[in-house]
Amino acid sequence: MRLRTIVWKELRERPTAMFTGVLAVMLGVTALVALRHVTVFSEREVGRQLNQLGANILIVPKGASLQDYYSADNNGQTLPEEHVDEILLATLTGVEKLSPKLCVPADIDGQPITLTGILPQSEFEAKAAWQTASMFKQPHVGCQRAHSPPTAEDRSPAALATQRTIEQLNHQDVVFGAEAAARHDVHVGDHVTLLGAPFEVLAILPETGTADDSRVFAHLHRVQDLSDAGSVVSAIEVLGCCEDAAGDLVPQLAKLLPDSRVVTISQVVETQVNVNRLMSGVSILVLVVLVLVGGASVLSTIASNVRERRREIGTLVALGATPRLVSLLFLLKATWLGAIGGLGGAALGVGVAMWLGPRWAGISVLPLYDVAAMAVGAAIGVTLLAAYWPARQAARLDPCICFREV
Amino acid sequence: MFRLQDVTKTYHRRGEQVVAFQAASLEIAAGDYLAIVGSSGSCKTTLLSMLGGMLSPDAGRVWVDNRSIYECSVPQRAAIRRDKLGFVFQTFNLVPYMSAVENVQVPLYLAGIAPAVQRQRAAELLERVGLEDRLHHKPSELSVGQQQRVALARTLANSPPVILADEPTGNLDPQSRERVLEFFAELHREGRTIVVVTHDAVAANDACRKLTLSDGVIVGVDTDAHKRTVAA
Repeated sequence: MRLRTIVWKELRERPTAMFTGVLAVMLGVTALVALRHVTVFSEREVGRQLNQLGANILIVPKGASLQDYYSADNNGQTLPEEHVDEILLATLTGVEKLSPKLCVPADIDGQPITLTGILPQSEFEAKAAWQTASMFKQPHVGCQRAHSPPTAEDRSPAALATQRTIEQLNHQDVVFGAEAAARHDVHVGDHVTLLGAPFEVLAILPETGTADDSRVFAHLHRVQDLSDAGSVVSAIEVLGCCEDAAGDLVPQLAKLLPDSRVVTISQVVETQVNVNRLMSGVSILVLVVLVLVGGASVLSTIASNVRERRREIGTLVALGATPRLVSLLFLLKATWLGAIGGLGGAALGVGVAMWLGPRWAGISVLPLYDVAAMAVGAAIGVTLLAAYWPARQAARLDPCICFREV
Repeated sequence: MFRLQDVTKTYHRRGEQVVAFQAASLEIAAGDYLAIVGSSGSCKTTLLSMLGGMLSPDAGRVWVDNRSIYECSVPQRAAIRRDKLGFVFQTFNLVPYMSAVENVQVPLYLAGIAPAVQRQRAAELLERVGLEDRLHHKPSELSVGQQQRVALARTLANSPPVILADEPTGNLDPQSRERVLEFFAELHREGRTIVVVTHDAVAANDACRKLTLSDGVIVGVDTDAHKRTVAA
């Protein structure tokens, strides 16, 4: 016989009486853990985007929506392609690469797909006028980026996934996003027909978790010709050498192209950052609800348990139990309730976040053990706090009650 | 063993103070077998509670083995109850979710005895009261008489020198009552002090002395009542 044996036996004897207390704690912890997981992974995703595209600037038409950086070029509005030449001729400091894009709807075997026209870097270099403009010869003073020569990987078509540009792309070649390739069962070397023209699949991009996965990329001028769009683009991505340069470039580009909207990735992900901030706030609200509802439920459960067990408490005191031990009896019980509710809620919360994360927020969620442990700790803390008063009342109970008849 | 001096216990009812128990002097010697009798409301249980260190008097002192029990701290009083006093209740007060052997283990646990020793000692005590085949039965699976025997085994767990019993035969059939009284007599012969609050004339007549209470006042101590003494 130990203290925990007494507590555990009583809990097992009357599990239904404890059900509401455990349920309230469990639901609170579930919501807290699920929200926290989604928030953390959403923040990580924003961080990843910022890290990957930190030096990028997007030039889009004035009325373009900016909910997602990766799909900002698919807004149905266009800019004149000559803006690319204007940027080049302006010889702005810190510009490393330009990537004009045009998105048009297409289909493969009747299934809709977004065809994105891109301009390979080799064409910039081939144009004598652009070379004269020497756009790549205006280094940014104090550039924080470590310069290294392009590797073989950087020059491969798959680099489009990470570098945002492609080195070589013939007019009859297409590059498939991972999801688009899987959906249409397309492999490298296959032939496909897009907008009535034949193409050969040059490469399939690795999965990026962005809208690019579901797209097909072809040469910009071929896409313009096939779609009869004319010499226009949906967006121009400007790759700055570093974030400092990107910050300086935005006002210069805005001045250069007054009919366009110039934004950085930080501005694009602002909405998501705000959502994350909101979710963090909601997490705190859920914690408050856990404290209030879970705590009140546990307080009510333990207080009612104390009332039910008055004779038992009196008997224990008659047998030599100290008030401290009587208190411990109920505090330990509250700890069990908190631990059961906390562990159950943490497991459920992680499960909910892992299931809902990809569906609702478009992010993959993995268990965060520190978040789960903190939630269990919070649950135990709340139940202990809630049980403190009834436990104290139990310790002060008149032991003479053990002499009274039921 | 026990000594009461100028003890008064009052209750408050509807804003009025009512003197419930009053005793200028009372002594209960070690090895005594005392029956406390009196009509309902005569404060028999109040006296027993005060002897047991569970109800502090408003005035006066209660000594247990020359220690003024209500001048001790709460944990010290708990230790006195645990080591010196054994309680027997009218309704047995067994913990319903524990088996017979676990109920007997409770005071042993409170005394800080190791679980293995607790189990062995509890089994021996239950064997002593004839319940060796009911060790793992819960109170609800035992007859009333068997429950009282489990309670007696629990009372003896820490070998207390004093047994305080509140109507120990009140809920028992004649056969079970006889068995409990035989048990008390045996404990008395072992040298323990026994104080029994009872309405039962047979139980009272088994005691060495009979103390009669009326309206919270001791109205008589009958020493002729005893049939058994320590010497016997």
